[in-house]
Amino acid sequence: MTIAAIAFWVFAIAAVASGLMVVASRNPVHSVLFLITAFISAAGLFVLMGAEYLAVLLIVVYVGAVAVLFLFVVMMLDVDFVELKQGFLRYLPLGGALAAVVVAELIMVAGVWTFPDEAGLARAHPAPTAAETVAHGAPNNIEALGLILYTDYVHYFQIAGVVLLIAMIGAIILTFRTREGVKKQDAARQIGRKREESVEVVHVKTGQGI
Amino acid sequence: MENIWTYLSTRPTDAGWLGWLIPTALQTLALMVVLLVALAFILLFDRKVWAAVQMRKGPNVVGPFGLLQSFADFFKFVFKEIVIPAGADRTIFLLAPLISFVLAFAAWAVIPVGPGLVIADINVGILYLFAISSLGVYGIIMGGWASNSKYPFLGSLRSAAQMVSYEVSIGFVIISVILLVGSVNLSDIVNSQNRGLGLLNWNFIPLFPMFVVFFISALAETNRPPFDLPEAESELVAGYQVEYSSTPYLLFMIGEYLNIVLMCSMMTILFFGGWYSPIDLPVLNAVPILWFGLKVVFFFFLFAMVKAIVPRYRYDQLMRIGWKIFLPLSLFWVVLVAGVLVAFPDLAAHLQSWRP
Repeated sequence: MTIAAIAFWVFAIAAVASGLMVVASRNPVHSVLFLITAFISAAGLFVLMGAEYLAVLLIVVYVGAVAVLFLFVVMMLDVDFVELKQGFLRYLPLGGALAAVVVAELIMVAGVWTFPDEAGLARAHPAPTAAETVAHGAPNNIEALGLILYTDYVHYFQIAGVVLLIAMIGAIILTFRTREGVKKQDAARQIGRKREESVEVVHVKTGQGI
Repeated sequence: MENIWTYLSTRPTDAGWLGWLIPTALQTLALMVVLLVALAFILLFDRKVWAAVQMRKGPNVVGPFGLLQSFADFFKFVFKEIVIPAGADRTIFLLAPLISFVLAFAAWAVIPVGPGLVIADINVGILYLFAISSLGVYGIIMGGWASNSKYPFLGSLRSAAQMVSYEVSIGFVIISVILLVGSVNLSDIVNSQNRGLGLLNWNFIPLFPMFVVFFISALAETNRPPFDLPEAESELVAGYQVEYSSTPYLLFMIGEYLNIVLMCSMMTILFFGGWYSPIDLPVLNAVPILWFGLKVVFFFFLFAMVKAIVPRYRYDQLMRIGWKIFLPLSLFWVVLVAGVLVAFPDLAAHLQSWRP
């Protein structure tokens, strides 16, 4: 067994186990932490496939940004476990039926699944490892991805960018509110203040007012 | 001695996995030992600089000039009792300092301290650093939440928002350096700054505003004063660390300082020519590690001076700088660098002449 094989089993088992724990753990904060473990294990699997750029991106975007905000929100939830359990029996038939449908679908998909030739080809010719790209000057992960993304798929890329931009603007508009009559600090005005406008030196003679 | 050095600094490629694992483990061990010992003196240096600014003597009792102060502190931390609050989530409470400690060390795996002197010279080096430093926030959030206490929780929420905000501008600064260099590998980034003119070739000259943004963002990212709001003692006692004592606290502190030194070495690598000497002479370039160490210590000195001189920011001002000034500025600079590189292909070719 090589190190890569050992690492594969470690990451794969960790990914599946922490995925199960996301659903199984009672405390929502623990769930999010297990979700993060699942992300990191998936990143490890990406590294084993030679896609180190995707692995790092997964960690930066999902673990470093999305999951932090997720954890941020979940930590502030006030979860009442007794209340959560109250409707359990009432929703059981509906939930059970949904689960049965999903399981049936999964079985059907697994039944007709055949590995396409492309996947076999990809396994026969794995992505170049870091050492190989350094040695042979082949395009590395990022260059290879960029070459495809900015040529063949440039329109999809731009559409995705516009969709994200619209989502961002939408979120800002939904939460933005102007409040009247609130005293706010205006840093530019503070810095722009001059001595002459603010302070006046007055010489007052003794015994006289101004 | 010479043999050990070559053994530790070379990378066997075709010696089977055992012949690969053992040197890597030894290299890791060597790096960890060096880092921890250096950290002990850097902690002392921090306190001495702070003391000097305030015209005090600083620690001066343990050892000559107080040189052994950090070791005395270490033993004191280790021999104290670990107190776990009654309502705390024990597992996460103890896991949090371990996470920040381990992550702080993990980042050092890709830092090249000299030509070829790096444990893992991976293709996506700078992105790996960015990823690991973005994970650092988990130690703080988990510690603050698991303490089940108000001040740590507030501190950890502040810290989460602060670190996520400043990561964005750090990311854009890193992208502008990557654009200029044309590679994501840290050794390539250092080598690209050696084009025969020494100091004048370093990235801080074309990217000076980005260097300033990076420096200030690094202060915020490592929760250093003036941005130490997660542990602002006038408001939150000690922030996320309130409930921590003994070894867990020590782990938090080592992680924090190691992250600061990491940020210093990132500045060295990205903007100040890594292990190259400021004047390009073979004599001066003879000991690359020395230059790397000197630059890192110089930046740490700046960090220490900022701590001593600048008063703490208010939280809304911190957010204002991050989102309203640094983010637009760094975004603009990324576009500018990309535009200049496209408009002047000769300049781009000159900047990327490190490519074989």
